[in-house]
Amino acid sequence: MDRFLRSRTLTGWALISPVAVVLICFLILPIIVIAIVSFWQATEFSIIPAFSWENYDFLFGSPVTYRVFLNTFKYAVITWALTLAIGFTVAYFLAFHVRTLTWQITLFLLCTIPFWTSNIIRMISWIPFLGRNGIANSALMSWGVIDEPVEWLLFSDFAVILAFVHLYTLFMVVPIFNTMMRIDKSLIEAARDAGATGAQILWNVIIPLTKPGIMIGTIFVVTLVMGDFITVRIMSGSQSANVGRLISNDIGLLQYPSAAATAVVLLITVLITIAILLRFVDIRKEL
Amino acid sequence: MAFKTPDLSRRSLLKGAAVTAAATAFPAPMIWAQNIKDVTLRQFGTGVSNINEVAQKVKEDLGFTLEMTALDSDSVTQRAATQPGSFDIADIEYWICKKIWPTGNLQAMDTSKIKNYDKIVGIFRDGKLAPDSTIAQGTAPHSVGFTSGPGGTDFVDTESGWMTLIPTIYNADTLGIRPDLIGRPIDSWAELLNPEFKGKASILDISSIGIMDMAMVCEAMGEIQYGDKGNMTRDEIDKTMAIFTEAKRAGQFRAFWKSFDESVNLMASGEVVIQSMWSPAITAVKARGIPCVYQPLKEGYRSWGGGIGLSKNLSGLEQDAAYEYINWYLDGWVGGFLMRQGYYSAVPETSKNFMSADEWGYWFEGKAAEGDIANPYGAKLAGAGDVRDGGSFADRMGAVACWNSVMTENQYMVRKWNEFVAA
Repeated sequence: MDRFLRSRTLTGWALISPVAVVLICFLILPIIVIAIVSFWQATEFSIIPAFSWENYDFLFGSPVTYRVFLNTFKYAVITWALTLAIGFTVAYFLAFHVRTLTWQITLFLLCTIPFWTSNIIRMISWIPFLGRNGIANSALMSWGVIDEPVEWLLFSDFAVILAFVHLYTLFMVVPIFNTMMRIDKSLIEAARDAGATGAQILWNVIIPLTKPGIMIGTIFVVTLVMGDFITVRIMSGSQSANVGRLISNDIGLLQYPSAAATAVVLLITVLITIAILLRFVDIRKEL
Repeated sequence: MAFKTPDLSRRSLLKGAAVTAAATAFPAPMIWAQNIKDVTLRQFGTGVSNINEVAQKVKEDLGFTLEMTALDSDSVTQRAATQPGSFDIADIEYWICKKIWPTGNLQAMDTSKIKNYDKIVGIFRDGKLAPDSTIAQGTAPHSVGFTSGPGGTDFVDTESGWMTLIPTIYNADTLGIRPDLIGRPIDSWAELLNPEFKGKASILDISSIGIMDMAMVCEAMGEIQYGDKGNMTRDEIDKTMAIFTEAKRAGQFRAFWKSFDESVNLMASGEVVIQSMWSPAITAVKARGIPCVYQPLKEGYRSWGGGIGLSKNLSGLEQDAAYEYINWYLDGWVGGFLMRQGYYSAVPETSKNFMSADEWGYWFEGKAAEGDIANPYGAKLAGAGDVRDGGSFADRMGAVACWNSVMTENQYMVRKWNEFVAA
């Protein structure tokens, strides 16, 4: 009995039980409930706990679902590409070109200051800027670059992606910066001594070593973009949809089983995407 | 162990009974004045009438506290149906009532307790503005206004003495336009899809109301003949959505709006020149000094009505306070406040006492203003000689073509609406 009480197994379980309880109660159980509700039926205003495939039938049978999922992926991919380019550049500058540690930390904090304001306010503030009579158009017209206000600046895909990149670039900068700081500087010296040009160092040494950071950043950005419906709604003027909007529309009209079914499909899609991404890189080294 | 029995002699019992009887013989006035200050009623509804000034006046005139929450129409429906314990008073529209009355979350209201019941405009009682009016298509308020009795979850079509909502406010809605940016007269709903306004039109993103606007436009264009715009068949819904989806793909719409602030911003900034609008949005744009007209159109108006409902959990002192509130609401001060924003009060006569003769003439009778007309917050809306868009009460409410509706095919319509938005 004593041996059992003192065994490593029991200690191990006892140590993780608080986290396990929290995760089970607040993550696993709700997901299970959502999955169960997705098989139920609904009327105008109430849910009927009767098993039925109708929600999934409707989801997979409707062309809107495919179009919307494709749209969501499109936003995710474009945002990922842009945030990667900007995030990598910023992180590279911070890690390799800034000499002192104090300056690195200062500049890094400078990047995070905008995030002290609410996401929604930062997104909405684009609207007066990009509007037909907004600052961007007025400035361009007064400089003589254009004669008519540019329409596609606002309430378009351009506006949505601009807002996404604005909101989520930092999520790329942080993991990449983190990984870059851990690169042993002597490796770069060695590469230079061996005769590599700057570009070759970048491609052959730095990028392979930052892959885990890029992967973490990608996971952040992709999951955030695939779930964010408010940005899409406001910046496109309610004219574009992504999966989050389908879910929020359903919830607003009390069609909970239908919303649950869409949510389950979205969850599975995102999990598959992340599983595929994780095949390319082992991020356990970073954690 | 022995218990000491209480000394309950016949004398003390009779004394106690006499005191209790005396206390209950003089109930209401004294207890009322004391306790009513502690009563708090939680009201929620669309932003239309959840105004702070009303809560302040309630505190002054009636003594109890009114806590107000304003939400958009879909959130209001959701809350009324799923969170009955979170509110005491529901300030909602009749089409929302049609959706949620069957849940039993609201209680039937006794019309005998409403002082001004007989002065309520005919539209809410038998559906007719004047004895010879025709009843418009759609979910007319009187058809979902009465129920069979306390605890009823059905609708009856006679004045049964038990109402689902006590009507308070209504209006006739149409398209709002920027006359300075359009430059020519607009007289038909079909103008919303006119390619001349490509990229400058908008419609609201609330399915139950937006579909009615869509129906008015399609019928005005001559594309579809509806049997009853308020209760469309699947075929009619499909055709309507197809026309609008095509227009959307062609870039006709600049944006859609869900709350009335968004509509005000779209119009005031010039992003949009023609859109579905609500009356307070027009007055808000005008109050900023920007010309905006609530355009009367030849096909008629889309109308809506709203009222106050009580939660089924309300009883006792709170319930009495709620009836006091409703009687006070119909007594005219709130009616006057709302009329000056462009709405109509369900009991116009009492509101007349709280409006100046010039205001009454402008807002209700459609006469030219003699001086400046200001909104309830003081900003000027119209000058001398201006006439209210659309004219008098009889002109506007008499030209109602359809009411905001909940159709039998509602779930199908909602799905189609989601497809439209995603298209």
